[in-house]
Amino acid sequence: MLFRNVLGQSIERVEDTALLSGKGRFADDLPVRSDTLHAVFVRSPHAHALIARINYEAALALDGIEAVITGEQVKSLTKPFIAGVKEPIEHYCIAADKVRYVGEPVAIVVGQDRYITEDACEKIEIEYQPLPAVVDSRKALASDAPVLHEKAKSNLVSDRTFVYGSPDSSFLSADKTVTLTVRYPRNTCTPIECFVVVAEYDPIDGQYDVLANFQGPFTLHSVMALSLEVNANKLRIRTPPDSGGSFGVKQAVFPYIVAISAASRVVGRPVKWVEDRLEHLVGANASTARVTKIKAAVTQEGVVTAFDMDQLEDCGAYLRAPEPASLYRMHGNLSGAYKLQNLRVRNRVALTNTVPSGLNRGFGGPQLYFAIERLMDRIAIELELDPVELRKRNLVSAHQFPYRCPAGAVLDSGDYHRSIEVAEKEGSLHDLLERRKAARNAGRLYGFGCSAIVEPSMSNMGYITTVLTPAERARAGPKNGASTVVSIALDPLGSVNVTIDSVPQGQGHRTAISQVVGGVLGLSPREIAVESSFDSHITGWSIAAGNYSSRFGPAVAGTAYLAAERIRKKLTLIASQKLNAAMDQIEFSGGKIFTANNPSNYVSFRRIAGSSHWSPATLPEGMDPVITETVVWTPPELEAPDILDRINGSAAYGFIFDFCGVEVNRETHQVRIDRYVTTHDAGVLINPALVDGQIRGGFAHGIGMALYEEFNYDEAGQFLSGTFGDYLIPTVNEVPDPIILHTHSPSPFTPLGTKGVGEGNSMSTPVCIANAVADALDLKNVELPLTPDRLALLMSSRD
Amino acid sequence: MKPPLFDYVRPNDIGEVVNLLSESGSDARLLAGGQSLMAMLNMRLLHPSLIIDISGLPDHNFIRCENNVVEIGCATTQRQFQSWAELSDKLPLLSQALPWIGHPQTRNKGTVCGSVAHADPSAELPVCFAALEGVAVLYSSRGERLLGWDELQTGMLETACEPDEMIRAIQFPVSETGTGYAFGEVAYRHGDFAIVSMAVLSKPQKTRMVVGGISDKPKIFEWFPTKNSADLSEMLSELCGQTEIFGDHHATAFYRRSLFRSLGFRLVREASGWVE
Repeated sequence: MLFRNVLGQSIERVEDTALLSGKGRFADDLPVRSDTLHAVFVRSPHAHALIARINYEAALALDGIEAVITGEQVKSLTKPFIAGVKEPIEHYCIAADKVRYVGEPVAIVVGQDRYITEDACEKIEIEYQPLPAVVDSRKALASDAPVLHEKAKSNLVSDRTFVYGSPDSSFLSADKTVTLTVRYPRNTCTPIECFVVVAEYDPIDGQYDVLANFQGPFTLHSVMALSLEVNANKLRIRTPPDSGGSFGVKQAVFPYIVAISAASRVVGRPVKWVEDRLEHLVGANASTARVTKIKAAVTQEGVVTAFDMDQLEDCGAYLRAPEPASLYRMHGNLSGAYKLQNLRVRNRVALTNTVPSGLNRGFGGPQLYFAIERLMDRIAIELELDPVELRKRNLVSAHQFPYRCPAGAVLDSGDYHRSIEVAEKEGSLHDLLERRKAARNAGRLYGFGCSAIVEPSMSNMGYITTVLTPAERARAGPKNGASTVVSIALDPLGSVNVTIDSVPQGQGHRTAISQVVGGVLGLSPREIAVESSFDSHITGWSIAAGNYSSRFGPAVAGTAYLAAERIRKKLTLIASQKLNAAMDQIEFSGGKIFTANNPSNYVSFRRIAGSSHWSPATLPEGMDPVITETVVWTPPELEAPDILDRINGSAAYGFIFDFCGVEVNRETHQVRIDRYVTTHDAGVLINPALVDGQIRGGFAHGIGMALYEEFNYDEAGQFLSGTFGDYLIPTVNEVPDPIILHTHSPSPFTPLGTKGVGEGNSMSTPVCIANAVADALDLKNVELPLTPDRLALLMSSRD
Repeated sequence: MKPPLFDYVRPNDIGEVVNLLSESGSDARLLAGGQSLMAMLNMRLLHPSLIIDISGLPDHNFIRCENNVVEIGCATTQRQFQSWAELSDKLPLLSQALPWIGHPQTRNKGTVCGSVAHADPSAELPVCFAALEGVAVLYSSRGERLLGWDELQTGMLETACEPDEMIRAIQFPVSETGTGYAFGEVAYRHGDFAIVSMAVLSKPQKTRMVVGGISDKPKIFEWFPTKNSADLSEMLSELCGQTEIFGDHHATAFYRRSLFRSLGFRLVREASGWVE
């Protein structure tokens, strides 16, 4: 009961005072050794070229320049990164003999400061032998396409087909089949703070000590250590207390951690690199571009019985770990929120002369749902059914949970129909349809769109191995789970210290953890100290550590709860002896531990909590000192892919139902969002204000994906989106206030009943807006982003 | 994104500025508001040996109106111009156009003359400068000369200003009674460079329409006023058809053409005071 006083409250963020008063401690703010040097990367102006010769004499001759490191040298200091498929793709931290995308690092210049080091870059002469380039995944598969990685012999680096249930007979007996081909563009999440790495090599211990705004997943720690050819305990990675955002993107700092580490080893001094915006846009990271051909078998009543999908994924110039995870994160729940049990999917991964793909908010979700939810709208139109009604006929029903999807996801809980009811009623869906009618009667271009999706969270570390065949997996050994580590320590004065492995990027993890732990121990959240800076030599962690797959709510908060419960249980035993009361009579509140029937019979929390430091002899017989408790938790539901290639990719699955009304301006073809309603079922909410903050952020990203953002390359592979004047992101003026609604179906599989909530709108919003624009303009197919010039063209082709 | 090495001077006297310009020529760059120059320096698109900061020139931060001409000095910011009490009365077109330029933060630094000198094909001020048939006062150690709107901008980011010359001031004629003015543009987000920007002057005997963002410099169209909307629509289609309009990765030529017609239709009607 007392616990609920804190859980579910929108308490103020403990992080904000520092951030709002300019006292945040970001990676670039932290002190470094006084002899630290600065690095700059020389980057390729070519999309595809052999490096014939690099002349850096003139650069080295500049006063203040300490070293120029090329691919040749990097090859002798590091090994290529390991990747998720068996194809021989050689990927060093900088280009070795060949460049494969514009912006690929070719050399590292190390000097006294960034100014002089950029001067030196201009003096380096690199002779390239340009090769033909390919930037479109469909063209990359042509027999005469230029091949990026000769040893792999082809740009097609993975091709697997999966069959679940009996899709063939479903299509044979279908009343109708509906087909759609969609293309999802490359885009990125543009954190305010770009990458920062400070690396120092200690030749005596043979250890690399790195400060970086890396966000995980820490599977990549192994990738980096193997590349640097050291044991994992010789690669110390620390993260700063504050982050200027990531949204997945800071996963992609890892090749630079290796590069700057190698540079530090060469110069024998610490080396710092702060990425600038030009570098970031051209060379950091992109979501995958995906072409999906999707076909549905449908009954006359609008029940979808099967999907047949052909997904062609574009991972850019290298398959950079953890790719091709973008394609497999959602594999278990490829059927979305729907109950169909028959599925065929062909997954192909192509490489192109573009920036390598990596984590971006939604990771694989925006691509998948753009295909499924556009198709659902097409089915509704062809069957002359209301799009919301069509979805209702296909959603998993409340009594079916936990629901096993054909490809293996176990949808943990939900009442999807109830969520839609709440949206219809509290979001005034009927009123919106009336607005559409009125607008259309007045000759305006007004459309309605909706989307229904599941939002997976807390990734199974084994899902990526679904890309391998069962035989290959058997040889490699099973991979699964998502071990989460939380430690709680009691100090001599009885205050509480929590260490978490979530590497927060601004979400407010310290606030939420203080609520969970304070709630269990009867303390005010303000009394709980939460350490979230990560240090691989100090923090307890597993490969699953980090800030991705919306794992915080289900995994980290849940594990903190388990650790706090363990502490509470032990303190209860100590207190029950002191208070001479039965354990089930002991309660915690307001910094006191007392008996339920007589609150004046109490001891202070601090005294009991500190007792293991001062007087372990007074502890109950057989009890070890209670100073620190570490809980490692992984849900048993996260099993390895089975012999039939079924995979439960995530621990929890939230549900989102969005709908919106948009108007397209006849004069300018600009899209205005008239109203947007987003309904979330994320189970138990720890701090509703933090949850709504995540929803608003995901929504803003969703608007960017829908209306503005795309990394453009020309046919020759030149990058056209290299500044914020070319790559437009929505600002506060372009993001209307969404109406946010909640329902609550606690997850039976997570300790607190929580589900992740960080990514959903980047999955649901782009397609919801696309559906509305298609409705407004009566278009069969629409492409993202829905820029006015694209819409002008589409409308003219319609007329 | 660090600029290359350069010398920096901040003269107090315009004579010193033009002396430095005549010594250094094209190796020198004038820094006024820095809203374009600083970004270009940081991207190392320019390598000047000398930066001459004119933003603090004491006698050149002014807006004055004499003999039906408004003159704006080279140190005057867009923000100051926008706040000038007589703006909507004397220069209604600019009072409409200035809010479209960037954001308050950029207008606080950016100068009126600097924008005209930078000659970006999609910027608002060069469009207004051409629409109102403004005059640039060029100054060098050789003396002063006046260049009309039709002589100043020669191409994309190019003007007839010699390496030793600076724009000391620009002049706009005060608005005439009986002339209607309208300015509008389409940008993907408010404050961005326009995809197409447009200024329209509606006079009894002449409609003058100046369009930015469709070619290397603002394009001028003039015709005898049409009688009604249908004629106007036809006129705009005809003009659009005769005009070469460029496209790039920001917007296709097709889209710019559609804006030429739709924005033109709205703004001409607005300037003409036509109401439905």
